[in-house]
Amino acid sequence: MALSAAARKRWVTAALLAPAGLWLFFFLVLPFIAILIFSFGERAPAGGYQPALTLANYLNIPARGAAFLNTAILAPIGAATCLAIAYPAAWFLALRVDPKHRLMLVALMIVPFWTSMLVRTYAWMYLLGARGIPQLLEMIGIDNVRLINTPGAVLLGIVYGYLPLMVMPIYVSLEKLDRRLLEASSDLGAKPLSTFLTVTLPLSMPGVMTGVALVSILLLGEYLIPQMLGGGKVYFIGNALVDLFLQSRNWPFGSAIAVALVLGVVGVLLVTMRIAWKVSGTRQMDLV
Amino acid sequence: MTKDFKDTPITPDRFMAEFMRWKRGSITRRHFMGVTGLGLATAVLSRFPGAGINPAFAEDLGTQMAIATWPNYHDPATFEAFTAATGVAVEVNVFGSNEEMLAKLQAGGAGWSLFVPTNYTISTYAGLKLIDALDLSMIPNFSPSTQNPRFTSEGMIDGTTYALPKNWGTTGFAVNTAELKKPMTTWKDFFATAMNEADGRAMVHDYQLTTIGSALVSLGLDFNSTKPEDLAQAEKLLLEVKPHLFAINSDYQPSMRSTDAWMTMCWTNDGAQLNRDMPEIAYILGTDGGEIWTDYYAIPSSAPNKAAGYALLNFLMDPAVAVKEHIANGAPATDSRVIALLPPEITSNKIVYPDEASLTPLEFGAAATLTDPGRAELMARFKSA
Repeated sequence: MALSAAARKRWVTAALLAPAGLWLFFFLVLPFIAILIFSFGERAPAGGYQPALTLANYLNIPARGAAFLNTAILAPIGAATCLAIAYPAAWFLALRVDPKHRLMLVALMIVPFWTSMLVRTYAWMYLLGARGIPQLLEMIGIDNVRLINTPGAVLLGIVYGYLPLMVMPIYVSLEKLDRRLLEASSDLGAKPLSTFLTVTLPLSMPGVMTGVALVSILLLGEYLIPQMLGGGKVYFIGNALVDLFLQSRNWPFGSAIAVALVLGVVGVLLVTMRIAWKVSGTRQMDLV
Repeated sequence: MTKDFKDTPITPDRFMAEFMRWKRGSITRRHFMGVTGLGLATAVLSRFPGAGINPAFAEDLGTQMAIATWPNYHDPATFEAFTAATGVAVEVNVFGSNEEMLAKLQAGGAGWSLFVPTNYTISTYAGLKLIDALDLSMIPNFSPSTQNPRFTSEGMIDGTTYALPKNWGTTGFAVNTAELKKPMTTWKDFFATAMNEADGRAMVHDYQLTTIGSALVSLGLDFNSTKPEDLAQAEKLLLEVKPHLFAINSDYQPSMRSTDAWMTMCWTNDGAQLNRDMPEIAYILGTDGGEIWTDYYAIPSSAPNKAAGYALLNFLMDPAVAVKEHIANGAPATDSRVIALLPPEITSNKIVYPDEASLTPLEFGAAATLTDPGRAELMARFKSA
């Protein structure tokens, strides 16, 4: 039996979508359903999960309020600091650098990703520790500087770790910016600053919001940096989750917090996408 | 030590050997994960399966087994020697906490044929039927008569042996005496100093059993208490100390070595290693109490290769092997045959083998202490405060 052209097209589309669809089903949808079921259960006496139908875990979420609060404060500050540093860098890369060098400079931005985040964070532990930067400062007479295990060290680690994720989407949206628009703006008498504010910035908003979303979402689940550069004294939701699953082994409570975190991530995505659509007037999000 | 096989067709043995090499390349990162408690990490320490196979063993034992254990706890040469003798390659899974091990085993499919739980988890494992009663006839190298009974009792439940002791140790505190001159002898001193002379320089474990337990001891309460009124007092003390702490982290060696931290809660083997490299770091056992512990070997009920698990356990119980393990990891032995083989500089080391009198006030952690939800919540409040 021969298939009509339209039917064949549908089959091809389905076949092409199948790998990604199956992947998402088995590694996103199914685990999330498991987490959802766990979140209504009870902790077994020796830890783990036992079936039950209770809202107790959700009602208990305020017991980790401090972790949510720390995350809700540090994630936006981290994302904003990344943005403040990344935008000029991306602008410079996209609009000012000699195209001959551009590829190399963009590649240099990516190079740190070739080394494990864990190893790079360990390196920061030594740089910020007493035998690192504070020892250099002592040589020039600045004594007793404490860098490691402070909220500042956590922020530094966050900015260091996530900066490239902010630079790349902004770079992509600036790079394809139509230069004739900038020339037109300047021909019509706009000063460089007002050209930037009325032309460049709005057109790069999709990239900015993609970067903000990427960095914020990853920060909401951050565990490693507060643990290693905050000395375990700065407590994020990620740290609360690790403790609940691997230390006190209260899987149902951990699952309820994970569900709350997922809702938080969806919230961040909705807000950033709304802003991007509104500002740029398109429904396009730039992904690297 | 490796050859290039690309000219010849690959055999199953060679395929495994190449696979092992590939995995071995990632040891460092995974070891890091074990140390930082990110756990669930795998490091492979094995020679090529096929080098020195003893055919009589190889048929019975297979070619592969996995052990779950702690960071820096074995002499890598031990597993190489076992592989050379039996043809069984040993995959080493490094963990950061007993809870992680329990979680992995409870979730199923851990794939270990031998693992190293601490004393207070054994009754929980046996109760959940996650470990087998041991068939001692398979472990002729184990010698009950030369074991110190202080360390074998928790491996037995109602007369049945579930686990055999590996090493024991204590939880005291390490002090950099070049920075902190004040003599300290108790946990009370530890917490008082942490808030004064060692402000911003003291570390406690990221582990409720020892951190809450030691805080309780400093208040004159029971290390294992789960009474709400006792825990409330410990919480008050811990919240008071927290702003003065350098860190809450069980990986304290790097900070002590860099002198970022001057004082930390500390396990025997870390204390011995720190003192060996930096003699100014002293290791102190609280005269008001504290923890004594024993790590055991046990075989999971779900072990995919029990024969090899028993064979490795028997191999590790050989005093000639155990003494090398002891020298490599620094934690004291429970078997007098092993102690007899040790060089005098180890047996005379008061950190490794303290006087009997200093052990008297110490307590073993209890199973209920580890799984108590009240203590877990207290720890979360302490860390997030």
